[in-house]
Amino acid sequence: MKNAVIGNNKQKANLIVLGAVPRLLYLLQQETSSTELRTECAVVLGSLAMGTENNVKSLLDCHIIPALLQGLLSPDLKFIEACLRCLRTIFISPVTPEDLLYTDATVISHLMALLSRSRYTQEYICQIFSHCCKLQHWHSCGFKSLPQPLLCANGPDHQTILFNHGAVQNIAHLLVSTSYKVRMQALKCFSVLAFENPQVSMTLVNVSVDGELLPQIFVKMLQRDKPIEMQLTSAKCLTSMCRAGAIRTDDSCIVLKTLPCLVRMCSKERLLEERVEGAETLAYLIETDVELQRIASITDHLIVMLADYFKYPSSVSAITDIKRLDHDLKHAHELRQAAFKLYASLGANDEDIRKKIIETENMMDRIVNGLSESSIKVRLAAVRCLHSLSRSVQQLRTSFQDHAVWKPLMKVLQNAPNEILVVASSTLCNLLLEFSPSKEPILESGAIELLCSLTQSENLALRVNGIWALMNMAFQAEQKIKSDILRGLSTEQLFQLLSDSDVNVLMKTLGLLRNLLSTRPHIDHIMSTHGKQIMQAVTLILEGEHNIEVKEQTLCILANIADGTTAKELIMTNDDILQKIKYYMSHSNAKLQLAAMFCISNLIWNEEEGSQERQDKLRDMGIVDILHKLSQSSDPNLCDKAKTALQQYLA
Amino acid sequence: MYYREIKIQTQCHGKTPKDAASVRATHPIPAACGIYYFEVKIVSKGRDGYMGIGLSAQGVNMNRLPGWDKHSYGYHGDDGHSFCSSGTGQPYGPTFTTGDVIGCCVNLINNTCFYTKNGHSLGMEKLGLQTPGEVVDANFGQHPFVFDIEDYMREWRTKIQAQIDRFPIGDREGEWQTMIQKMVSSYLVHHGYCATAEAFARSTDQTVLEELASIKNRQRIQKLVLAGRMGEAIETTQQLYPSLLERNPNLLFALKVRQFIEMVNGTDSEVRCLGGHSPKSQDSYPVSPRSFSSPSMSPSHGMNIHNLATGKGSSTHFSGFESSCSNGVISNKAHQSYCHSKHTTTSLNVPELNNINVSRSQQVNSYTSNDVDMETDHYSNGVAETSSNGFLNGSSKHDHEMEECDTEMEVDSSQLRRQLCGGSQAAIERMIHFGRELQAMSEQLRRECGKNTANKKMLKDAFSLLAYSDPWSSPVGNQLDPIQREPVCSVLNSAILETHNLPKQPPLALAMGQASQCLGLMARSGIGSCAFATVEDYLH
Repeated sequence: MKNAVIGNNKQKANLIVLGAVPRLLYLLQQETSSTELRTECAVVLGSLAMGTENNVKSLLDCHIIPALLQGLLSPDLKFIEACLRCLRTIFISPVTPEDLLYTDATVISHLMALLSRSRYTQEYICQIFSHCCKLQHWHSCGFKSLPQPLLCANGPDHQTILFNHGAVQNIAHLLVSTSYKVRMQALKCFSVLAFENPQVSMTLVNVSVDGELLPQIFVKMLQRDKPIEMQLTSAKCLTSMCRAGAIRTDDSCIVLKTLPCLVRMCSKERLLEERVEGAETLAYLIETDVELQRIASITDHLIVMLADYFKYPSSVSAITDIKRLDHDLKHAHELRQAAFKLYASLGANDEDIRKKIIETENMMDRIVNGLSESSIKVRLAAVRCLHSLSRSVQQLRTSFQDHAVWKPLMKVLQNAPNEILVVASSTLCNLLLEFSPSKEPILESGAIELLCSLTQSENLALRVNGIWALMNMAFQAEQKIKSDILRGLSTEQLFQLLSDSDVNVLMKTLGLLRNLLSTRPHIDHIMSTHGKQIMQAVTLILEGEHNIEVKEQTLCILANIADGTTAKELIMTNDDILQKIKYYMSHSNAKLQLAAMFCISNLIWNEEEGSQERQDKLRDMGIVDILHKLSQSSDPNLCDKAKTALQQYLA
Repeated sequence: MYYREIKIQTQCHGKTPKDAASVRATHPIPAACGIYYFEVKIVSKGRDGYMGIGLSAQGVNMNRLPGWDKHSYGYHGDDGHSFCSSGTGQPYGPTFTTGDVIGCCVNLINNTCFYTKNGHSLGMEKLGLQTPGEVVDANFGQHPFVFDIEDYMREWRTKIQAQIDRFPIGDREGEWQTMIQKMVSSYLVHHGYCATAEAFARSTDQTVLEELASIKNRQRIQKLVLAGRMGEAIETTQQLYPSLLERNPNLLFALKVRQFIEMVNGTDSEVRCLGGHSPKSQDSYPVSPRSFSSPSMSPSHGMNIHNLATGKGSSTHFSGFESSCSNGVISNKAHQSYCHSKHTTTSLNVPELNNINVSRSQQVNSYTSNDVDMETDHYSNGVAETSSNGFLNGSSKHDHEMEECDTEMEVDSSQLRRQLCGGSQAAIERMIHFGRELQAMSEQLRRECGKNTANKKMLKDAFSLLAYSDPWSSPVGNQLDPIQREPVCSVLNSAILETHNLPKQPPLALAMGQASQCLGLMARSGIGSCAFATVEDYLH
């Protein structure tokens, strides 16, 4: 059987159909079988597993994994190796659920113990570990924006389980094994264990093998004469350790070794897979550090180099070689999304880099095209890239406008999964800034309705972005827009947002209110229609348990209301509110005192109609006494403001 | 690669770019270095910050920044542009200023260059060198480098080696393997390792071109030559290949000169038996006719060799008959291994060996009319292997590695003192007689074949040995070194093979010589990749 099936998928399928698997498993499990027979069975099963995904499925259906795991308890090394080899082949198949390794708690510790048996057990076990420890969104390298509910629900994640079983100590010395395969699999194991895992990363940095610390070993492994696979994987380990804070971002092993290595991985000479992985890892490495972004941006013309990622499939490959075309097509999406991610990281903070990115050939067109691609991954990455670039005031005014970026962006927002919506709406926030020329067309294309619906989302980030965008939209807007926002949002929703558990949502909603209540005619208009509700909301917030910033923002809203002509009366007739203003004038926090004083100033301002009555009423309330007191304050701001207010009384 | 630290300050006060002042290294970049790198630290960018780092050929205007003129390349600090022999630059990298370390790397393998800033590579540029060997000058240099150039070199070394490893070989199945097997087999046959050759041929299913008996004959002759038993070697050759030496009078002469030297050495059969020590080797050479004249064994002849000696000859003591037995065998460090695992270049550091090399080459030249280079290479491979300067130092060491029939050669490791012709008076007489014959032969040769300076020198050198009381430590003493038997041996072997219409060089040695020559040619032609490949890398 063994000789019949080697390299012959058809024969493998035939044997499976004929029911060979249960029989082989039976023989393998029989204690009375000789070890030679049991070993041969494991070898044949391993060979069957090497075939198609359907083969692996058939093997899984026959419960091969528990049988093989049981086999590992045998004292015979040859048999153990055969079982491990077969297990390895099954676990590296994408159809095998990783959790199958973790069903029995003793399995992991037994595997750890087997690590010392032979170089084959070392190779296979490391390979099993690195394939059974994956994060759900492995390929979204560095951009995991959502928690992983599945893993969290199942208790500790795979990384933690392996870590708790001493994976680091057991595998570290394999990095200096004489066998290349063992070294490589051990390295891969670490790259998976450390990925986005601060606990593992912080441990790794202090582990030493033969007197050498792991980071030093990793640095040796990314020397340029080492195989590319090894360079890339050790760069991933160092990247994880750096992102976890275990290695400083200005450490020479990051700046002079890891970063240049990853840039090299993006070069045309590398395989498409390597270029994808290199760019994704680099994007993750530099994502939050502006200095690394600057260095990467000047290294080996990276920004220009990345433009090549969009040239697949090339026109040449389409004509000359059908196999190559297929290969290119398969990787085209991956390449594009990797390039977008890396551009996003590169342009996250530095204005000059953003400019360089946008000046790259057809860059804006590529982003615009990326926004409407069918692949969610590409769309997401394109939106990220756009978001990163949209932080530039200059670009918002120029290239964003020239390429009418808002159009595809609005389209993306219409119907997209949450993870895209979060970034897209965040980008929209930037495009709605007052100086952005895109603001008008975005409004005309029904943005208000869209944003209002976002504020009702279950997703917190979407709520924040929705209300944030509305706030930006309302800043110095014309009355019609403000009315549209209020109408679109509805008073109920506004109140809903003001009682949102998230302080960010609350702050942005207050910000929106403040922007709505600016310029006198707008204030009077809005207060005439929504006065009652707004005053209620303000009272509620001032009475509630909120932080200083929230209260300050609320007092500023009151100050704006006090600036209206008719709106003033809503405050003057509300003794409760007046008492609250008085209270905050004597508050221990100077910011709140100042904000309260703005209200008073606006109310008692001389030139306005009815100022005398308001002054009198407030004097009766004891406000003037407080003002006198504040005019003696050591805080120059408070002091100035109080004196100005008092002058209104003198005039 | 490394320069000591150089600090340069420009003192020009002009403002136009014309007033730029360049500094160019006096030593050009050798193309054969493969990869060249230097770094410059900007201590102060000066008033305007016009700075350029790069490469320029000799003769390029030094008053202009590198890159503006033909045959120059530069990376400029004020705009970050790169200039390739043109007044207009291309956007290349960031600007640079005070405190930055700028590097320039030239890769002569793929004709590119790249600049670095503070240890970060800024990206490759194509170098438009018109011819690959064109020499370019670097502006400055210092160390240690901020940029990890070692790592870059490692990558290229690996690349070149991979290129060699993956060089496409014959696509027809088995062709390559058969060729390799033929090379191995012919090598074994050439050097007469008949048992090994036979076994190899059997297991690889090949036919040996030469008859086994013929190989054995050659091997026998070679062993005699290498043992210094020239007389026997000549006789055996004459017997087995009757017309060979007749047709090659120059070869015969060379063999006889060697025989004379071996007589001085005390190793030649004729003087050895005179020295009272009868070599037992006859047994293993039953076909070899022993045609020694029976010389007088009388120890009483106290003829003093001092007559011939000049200088400090008195210290030489001839103890005559009593000691001749023990002195009969002089030390040997016969070098039998033809493993060409070392290269001439490696031995050049050792002056003595270098000398040997030279003198040996001359000998060879005198014997062969063509393919001189190849032969020289071939021999010199052997030279580097040996480190025997025991004779020069006056101490003798025995490191005899001969097999089989040579076991009867008595090896006396306690021998510390060497005596002329093994110390036997009769042997000395025989040697002098032989010398006269040789002189006569030389004169006859000149009459018949015309003047031959090589022959003349060879003879003169050999006779010069007698001018010293201790020939071994004399300036011409290296002739007595057993290593010197190898060229003679090889020429004789080649001559025999030629009569059989077989190559006088084994294909393996030819291939090796070819590879070495190619590398040398690459270096001379400025093909940079030769810097990362040596023949030794592939000989284990």
